[in-house]
Amino acid sequence: MLGYYLDLALRSLKRSPGLTTLMILIVGFGVAASMTSYSVFRAVSGDPIPWKSSRLFVPQIDMWGPKGRRDGTNNNEPPDAMDYTDAVAMMREHRAKYQSAMYRVSPSIVPPDASKHPINVGGHAVYSEFFPMLDVPFKFGNAWGADSDAQRAAVIVISDKLNQKLFGGANSIGKTVNIDGKDYRVTGVLDNWSPKPVFYDVVNTGGFTTGQEDVFLPFTRAIDVGMPNDGNTNCAEIPKGSGFVGLQQSSCIWISYMAELDDKAAASAYKDYLDGYFRDQKAAGRFDWPVNNRLRDLPAWLDSEHVVPSDTKISLMVALGLLVACLVNTAGLLLAKFLRRSSEIGVRRALGAPRMAIYMQFLIEAGMVGLTGGVLGLMLTWVGVRCVSWVLPKEIASLAHVDLALLMLTLAVAVLATMLAGLYPTFRASRVQPALQLKTN
Amino acid sequence: MNLHPMIAALRKHKAGVVLIALQIAVTLAIVCNAIFIIYARIENVRRPTGLVESDVFLVTQQWVGAPSGDDPASIQKLDAMLREDLNALRALPDVESVAPTNSVPLLPSSWNGSAALKPGTDLRSGNARTTFYFGDEQWLKTLGLHLVAGRDFTAADVTNMGFRANTQPDIVIVTKALADKLFPEANAVGKVIYLNGDSKPTTIIGEVERLQVPSVGSWASSFVWNSTIQPIRLNGNFSRYVVRAKPGRLEAAMRAVPSALYTVSPMRVLDDDSVKSFKDIRAEAYRADIGMAALMGAVCLILLAVTAAGIVGLTSFWVGQRHRQIGVRRALGARKIDILRYFQLENLMIAGIGAVVGVALAVGLNRLLMSKFEMQSMPVYYVLVGLAVVMTLGQIAVFVPARRASNVPPVVATRSV
Repeated sequence: MLGYYLDLALRSLKRSPGLTTLMILIVGFGVAASMTSYSVFRAVSGDPIPWKSSRLFVPQIDMWGPKGRRDGTNNNEPPDAMDYTDAVAMMREHRAKYQSAMYRVSPSIVPPDASKHPINVGGHAVYSEFFPMLDVPFKFGNAWGADSDAQRAAVIVISDKLNQKLFGGANSIGKTVNIDGKDYRVTGVLDNWSPKPVFYDVVNTGGFTTGQEDVFLPFTRAIDVGMPNDGNTNCAEIPKGSGFVGLQQSSCIWISYMAELDDKAAASAYKDYLDGYFRDQKAAGRFDWPVNNRLRDLPAWLDSEHVVPSDTKISLMVALGLLVACLVNTAGLLLAKFLRRSSEIGVRRALGAPRMAIYMQFLIEAGMVGLTGGVLGLMLTWVGVRCVSWVLPKEIASLAHVDLALLMLTLAVAVLATMLAGLYPTFRASRVQPALQLKTN
Repeated sequence: MNLHPMIAALRKHKAGVVLIALQIAVTLAIVCNAIFIIYARIENVRRPTGLVESDVFLVTQQWVGAPSGDDPASIQKLDAMLREDLNALRALPDVESVAPTNSVPLLPSSWNGSAALKPGTDLRSGNARTTFYFGDEQWLKTLGLHLVAGRDFTAADVTNMGFRANTQPDIVIVTKALADKLFPEANAVGKVIYLNGDSKPTTIIGEVERLQVPSVGSWASSFVWNSTIQPIRLNGNFSRYVVRAKPGRLEAAMRAVPSALYTVSPMRVLDDDSVKSFKDIRAEAYRADIGMAALMGAVCLILLAVTAAGIVGLTSFWVGQRHRQIGVRRALGARKIDILRYFQLENLMIAGIGAVVGVALAVGLNRLLMSKFEMQSMPVYYVLVGLAVVMTLGQIAVFVPARRASNVPPVVATRSV
């Protein structure tokens, strides 16, 4: 029967090529617009570390109290980064399985080849636990050990790209890199690792950035040599001391912090620890306001930081609206098309076809329109994803891509949506009174 | 014309009427919100920064192995290096003027704080939020700012300080917007303010007409015209120079910069982004806004085209269905124009119903966007414009099938199908 219905559908569609083309175009454009927006949305809202995100937590301590919230922007949220005092204290107390305070740096590197000009690189000053905590893959070597943190050792982990640039891609473990005029020994080379968003430090990178993460060096070492932070510094009051040292003594926030807590019990114990830490500081006279800490897991944290640009969400909503409009339209056209064939339906029904058969016949016809529209939609989506790169900001556009999953989804959405749109017209077609139709003819 | 037969006819096509009306409603809702978004973005992009933007470019560079401490000796060493760079740039033949700076409008790097009328106010409150620019006596001239009151900095006013020093200046120049906010009644020149909750008084010596803050993000929208300029050269391990090229010599001046600076000292980082024209800075800052406007425009066009096509399709079907009735009407004396009017009026009625629903949907969608994203409330005239657009679109779309209907010959009435 299926073959017969397919044949019928094909004949019917051929009979009114104008209307058919119109429907296919409408489905194609509607699906392509929404899929293009979806591809961008998918790229920016994906979980950057899906196997572990529920076990990674970002602690927030309310070290500013109510006075930090006077500008009225973030209702009752504590500051979203840490000052030096608290970050270092929490690292020292070391209550999570893995944890790392970190800050963004942007040092310069003097290439070994003296004829080349120095280059500028981006990166982070982190603790050794940063690497196992985030499952950072290594091409050569490894992270530095905890002893290097303690000794403030001049060691460094570099990106694959920087390794290519400096050492021609060879195994560079043990070689030295000259950073700001000082030599650092390479302990590891990353294996093509650049998660988007830069989930471990969205405060200083904004999540999506065109900046590269090329160097990781010990936090303690960076502080020791006075390597300044490159990113946001927010203050509730002007630091008393000056310079980078003054910043470390101030309550200004510029450090990101992440901890790995493997189960619910560990997470709640850590929250208790944070609150206890706050109470201790309060008892010591540092704070005079109630406890208002947060411990969010990574997905909740990314959400609270609004990492997904609102433009992306608005575009997706509008594009889905467009898809709905297209489907309403298709429903109208299918209705017209099906009811025009009332007499044909009448004959079939009179000859004994059950309503179910009519349903089948017309849904298959709707499905065929959807499938063709979907194929057109595929091509238009491909064009659309190519085109977004010249309308969207670079750091986002480069993430949107076409893959098999998107293509399958495009087809599925096109077919299902068109069949959905065809439901009511089919229902109407199946209600055609055979007697009436036969009589008028 | 009597509406009754038309309504009776429409009753026979309830589903079709509902679908067209729904289509028009959704289209109206999306189109007026999209137009509103486009307009807001274009307004954003078109606002002048206060600069004379042509021939201006920015140089950003980082020293390698420069003193990293903030003891006086290191700061003075950094300042000497900075002045050497300034001299080298000022000596270039295609350069009109150069000034050190921490940022320029539309650059995603800013230094923000507060200004208050009383000393020791909280940093985060104050009387106004403001952004700080740090420059020298050539800063205003280089950016092409328009001084409306008081005076410009002189070379004697300019001092230097470490990048992370927290001392407030003796004198500043502020924007008119900030001056009016702080001193709504009086002339601000000569008045004392307190910056960043400090207790040290700062005197306003001049007012510039307009100067935008660096950030174009929504978080800065509450103080977008509140700028304060301090007569200070900032000394850090990196420096920025804003340069005005001689008229029409922008490219030549930009090309000459790297070698001039490398000649002063090769131990520095200059990369592809180090020398950037203001035009490029502007394009990058507003890329997202322009992209969003383009995207919304594309969606509007597709949507209007789809709706028009839908109306044509469905009306054509109705015309086909009523072929005979039209013939009968013509035979009974209806003129062509009557038939045309009939379909046009019918479309006007359906579109009207859709538009009523659409207005409600449009306002609802705007409210939804307002609650979820930082969107403004949409003025009523956007809805009215949207209304006019979809009604006109409906009339244009219905014209083709209505014309075909009006051409049905009366003789059809006499034929049996």
